[in-house]
Amino acid sequence: MSGARAAILDRLGRALGHAGAADDVEVTRRLQAHPRGPQPQWAETPRVRFLAKLAKVAATYAELESKSQIVSAVQAYFDAQALPRQLVAAPHPLLNEVVWPQDWQVARRRAQGEDRTGLNVAFCAIAETGSLVLLSGPESPTTLNFLPEDFLCVLPEGRIVPRLEDAWALLREERGAPPRATNIVTGPSRTADVEQTIQLGAHGPRRLHVLLLKTP
Amino acid sequence: MKPTAHAFERNARQALHDATLQQALARARGGFVDKRRAAIEALPEFAALRAAGRAIKDHTLANLDHYLLRFEAQVQAKGGQVHWAETPEEACAAVLDICRQAGAKLVAKGKSMVGEEIAINDALEAAGFEVVETDLGEYIIQIAHEPPSHIIAPAVHKTRQQITELFEGLHHQPGLTRPLQTVPQIVDEARQVLRDKFLAADVGITGANFLIAETGSAVIVTNEGNGDLSATLPRVHIVLASIEKVVPTLEDASVLLRLLARSATGQEITSYTTFFTGPRRADDPDGPEEFHVVLIDNGRSAMLAGPYREMLRCIRCGACLNHCPVYGAVGGHAYGWVYPGPMGAVLTPLMVGLEEGRPLPNASTLCGRCEAVCPMAIPLPKLLREHRRQEFARHLTPPRARWALAAWAFFARRPQLYRRAARLAAGLLGKLARGRGRFRSLPFASAWTAARDLPAPQGETFMDQWRRRNKS
Ligand code: SF4
Repeated sequence: MSGARAAILDRLGRALGHAGAADDVEVTRRLQAHPRGPQPQWAETPRVRFLAKLAKVAATYAELESKSQIVSAVQAYFDAQALPRQLVAAPHPLLNEVVWPQDWQVARRRAQGEDRTGLNVAFCAIAETGSLVLLSGPESPTTLNFLPEDFLCVLPEGRIVPRLEDAWALLREERGAPPRATNIVTGPSRTADVEQTIQLGAHGPRRLHVLLLKTP
Repeated sequence: MKPTAHAFERNARQALHDATLQQALARARGGFVDKRRAAIEALPEFAALRAAGRAIKDHTLANLDHYLLRFEAQVQAKGGQVHWAETPEEACAAVLDICRQAGAKLVAKGKSMVGEEIAINDALEAAGFEVVETDLGEYIIQIAHEPPSHIIAPAVHKTRQQITELFEGLHHQPGLTRPLQTVPQIVDEARQVLRDKFLAADVGITGANFLIAETGSAVIVTNEGNGDLSATLPRVHIVLASIEKVVPTLEDASVLLRLLARSATGQEITSYTTFFTGPRRADDPDGPEEFHVVLIDNGRSAMLAGPYREMLRCIRCGACLNHCPVYGAVGGHAYGWVYPGPMGAVLTPLMVGLEEGRPLPNASTLCGRCEAVCPMAIPLPKLLREHRRQEFARHLTPPRARWALAAWAFFARRPQLYRRAARLAAGLLGKLARGRGRFRSLPFASAWTAARDLPAPQGETFMDQWRRRNKS
């Protein structure tokens, strides 16, 4: 297959009139500068905008004073949806000290096919579109975002950034480079493949519920 | 997929007489157009984003080799592999190799237009692998044994009734379970059937909406989450991507994502936008152990050199299809290959040859709606005209059309004669059509009038009217 590589690169180079030229400085500079495109503007605060957009994509949320209220918030969700007390939670530091009720089945691992409800922690959120940003890793398994029918996601309020580009800035600052999977999740799974009718819960979660923490 | 673009006329005529298809097309048409308009009206920065998106693509294309090399180096640095393929055959061979080495049986496949282009499903099945499409629309057409008819809504031509029948024939014995009635029931059933496939698959194949040179990431945009399950659960993830998908940075992808979702479905962003960067890391609890990107040329490097370079800006949003009166009337299958509508009428002749694709650039009225709505400002009518020019230059135009054009050229070079002849024709036709104002059929133009009426001239030429009115 290396023949194909050389042939393609050669054709590209000749089409562009710089065959064989070494990587130029302009490309390097552009990659390091990562300039932003036009930034959509709005008047609301990031928090207000985020919550309004969440509602628009058919996600729900609960406001929590602190992480001590996580158990009661999950319980309220279980009650509202008439769900069994079963939970797969991310092995995330923010959830480490949570003491789950004795009679719940709580696992701390990646998700499997039968898991009913998943709980993960967002890296940050984007006000512009009402999106959650989740980074794969030992503290935050990707499968939790996609396999369970109900997806609960903890989000510290201070982690709501205005725009997509602000999420990239935060990612570079705190992690350096992206992990294996960077998931930008905006509402539950949906499809319009049957007669253009929007139907929630195609392959991913049917419901998305955000637990918004005032203080992390 | 074997192209049948040469048979566009016959295909189109069949489509116009297919009542079920017409019903499905009518339902789809307004939805896409209205949602896109609303989404763009709600974003005052759209025009500026469009200009920025175009500039990003033009810059990347002008340095395409450099950015591809940067992308490759980043993928390798993250533990992934890049495979280069000049032709569909090479691309399929690369995928088959990876699947064989993985000892795979079942392949879960997310939606990928370049996958259709290289006919990867046929290649996998011929080699003995089971392939399951996981996007609901793709799954529906897979079990119907049909190609997609739209680049973002592959089963848009199917009615609910047709889908119900397909599912009943395949998923269970007819008569044993209650028949599917509603959209939720249909989606639920597909969810159940496909979930088992995701969990059992050894290899997941997806496309890529963008590749990021800065990070070595492949970006996938979906609403269902099927792409993510295909890329996360199987042991091996293969990304199929054509070479023009690369962009420099995460910020550049952000500009294009804003344009893509709005132009495609009228969303601000799709439910899932995922950046995959390499295979599972040492301490990751999930994700594939292998990450492969197959970079496919298939004629694109040649496009870069010629008059069609601007077509490489296309981000496959489908807006030009949704706004095209021809696509809206005949649907995607009439175009006879993977890419339908205006973007397909430009791409298909480039990929399968102008001999095969000749009818497509001619099946446009060049009304210009496609260019007006294209988020990448691709001059589609200009590129269609370029095809027609090439067709004429290479003597592919049928003799009758050549003679007619030659006759017209004779008169056009002699203005006096042209005016006199036009006056004669206008007067004659005006008299012939008196009282009706149109012709249902005309000798020598029966192919044209078979599907439409010809408005009759009013008995006077435009030039004569112009002169008369300017005098008074
Ligand atoms: S040509 Fe333009 S409108 Fe058509 S699919 Fe490509 S980007 Fe979209």
